[in-house]
Amino acid sequence: MPSWLRHHRGLVPYLFLVPGGFFLVLFFVIPLITTFSVALQEGSLGTGYRLTFNFGIFPEAIARWDEQLLRSLEYGLIVTVLTMLIGYPMAYTIAFRGGRYKNILLLFVIMPFFTSFIIRTISWKFILADQGFVLGTLKDLDLLDPGFRLLATPVAVISGITYNFLPFVVLPLYVALERIDPKLIEAATDLYASRLQAFLRVTLPLSISGVFAASLLSFIPAVGDYLNAELLGSRNETMIGNVIQRLFLVNNDYPQASALSLVLMLGILVSVFFYRRVLRGKELSV
Amino acid sequence: MANALPGAVPAQRRLPLGTRLARLVLPTFTGLVVAYLFLPIVVMAVFGFNDIQGRFNFTWQGFTLDHWANLFNRFPALNQSLINSLIVAVVSTLAATTLGTLIGLALTRYEFRGRSPLNLLIFLPIATPEIVLGASLLALFVSTGVSRDITTITIAHIMFNISFVVVTVRARIAGFNRALEEAAMDLGADEWTTFRKVTFPLIFPGILAAALLAFALSIDDFVITQFTAGQTTTFPLWVYGASRIGVPPQVNVMGTLLFGIALVGIVLWVLLQRRDQLVATPTRMDR
Repeated sequence: MPSWLRHHRGLVPYLFLVPGGFFLVLFFVIPLITTFSVALQEGSLGTGYRLTFNFGIFPEAIARWDEQLLRSLEYGLIVTVLTMLIGYPMAYTIAFRGGRYKNILLLFVIMPFFTSFIIRTISWKFILADQGFVLGTLKDLDLLDPGFRLLATPVAVISGITYNFLPFVVLPLYVALERIDPKLIEAATDLYASRLQAFLRVTLPLSISGVFAASLLSFIPAVGDYLNAELLGSRNETMIGNVIQRLFLVNNDYPQASALSLVLMLGILVSVFFYRRVLRGKELSV
Repeated sequence: MANALPGAVPAQRRLPLGTRLARLVLPTFTGLVVAYLFLPIVVMAVFGFNDIQGRFNFTWQGFTLDHWANLFNRFPALNQSLINSLIVAVVSTLAATTLGTLIGLALTRYEFRGRSPLNLLIFLPIATPEIVLGASLLALFVSTGVSRDITTITIAHIMFNISFVVVTVRARIAGFNRALEEAAMDLGADEWTTFRKVTFPLIFPGILAAALLAFALSIDDFVITQFTAGQTTTFPLWVYGASRIGVPPQVNVMGTLLFGIALVGIVLWVLLQRRDQLVATPTRMDR
């Protein structure tokens, strides 16, 4: 260690955090500020943009794309509930009944990540296709109406998103459940709590931090997702992500697209804030 | 069952039938979910052997090894996209792991002012939807006139990976015993030697886990890459482009290969850890 640093030991942590912190400021904070300023500009790619402080663009964008905004919120909530209903029992089984298969089961949960997100979604398109090997076979056997379809319906889009983010839910739930001392649950049953009461009054409250982390890890990417709606849905399942992507990359309507992304980000931060307050209340009341 | 001795019947067998069935519900459910998680991967692997006649790979038409044999000589652009993906993943993993580990060390080992804004700066990129990260970088690059290519993709990947590295490394550092470092210093090691011989080897598994996570996130990323790529394609972008006109089975084969390589890597890592544990046990360093 050079001698000048020895005399200013307080500087050491800053030397460690400045390179990465600077990178995040440059490529995360400044882009968000830029997005805000682009949203307040008017003009087009051809004529150039002028900063006109057009704050009206925010209510305008919300009113224009309200259908897609509401649908994204709705799909995000449904997906969060579904991933929790599938993920909680699974994480519970791995944590309390996994025994020596715990690590293998956890590996099974993360293994889908070894295949590209996009390949897995295209795979679902194969599986759900109208004349694919599942529906096609069922139709050939007259078990299904020939007009029945899953692809291009909300069911396909919602189950696609649920599939994609399920592993993100199982892992934090497992971490929270694994920390619970089984003796606490035993104590509850010894004191004549039924298994359901023991679960509701001991296990569930103790795992609430995992429930919080897990639902964020499912809700946030689900609300912003556009790949599932694009590959598995039709025009009737368009989400806000599809709109932002199209405005930015196809229409080059940068102000409108920037305004919408900020609305999405703010909407998510506000819901996270309220959700946290609700869960806090739960934890205290038990 | 008939030949079991009456006294040897395990206690569990005497449970009523309903309870025994109820105990099977959770494991069965978990097994079904695992099957659900693997279904699209199995489909991907199987359809890599499909002897397709036209452009569409939707129905089974016969077995062939042709796509495995002609993996790299049908679509030069696909090969280039795979190379681009690997370059971006390696560079962004190295950079993000270095920058993130340093921040993780600062956050766990030192007291300093500005800790909570730094924590917020680490947390926010994780809590922001990918599309907003990608869109805001695009806004920055467009308004500053930066042309988008493999460099901007790499910058974007370093950015979103830093936070994940910090979180992973911090969890590892927080769990280790400071007394080991104090012991080294008491025995006359200076700060740098202590770091090199004690601290670094102890936190290395955490750094390695963070690097693996960063690599996986980078090579798989679609959303942020689409916004920062310009005309450059990565593997996921190429597959996405092809999905409009029919994905060639070569993509299934590459997906299967990448999955297999990752699987072998994980198995080796687990075996290595097991061996390390066996070696480390007699010394009881952590007690």
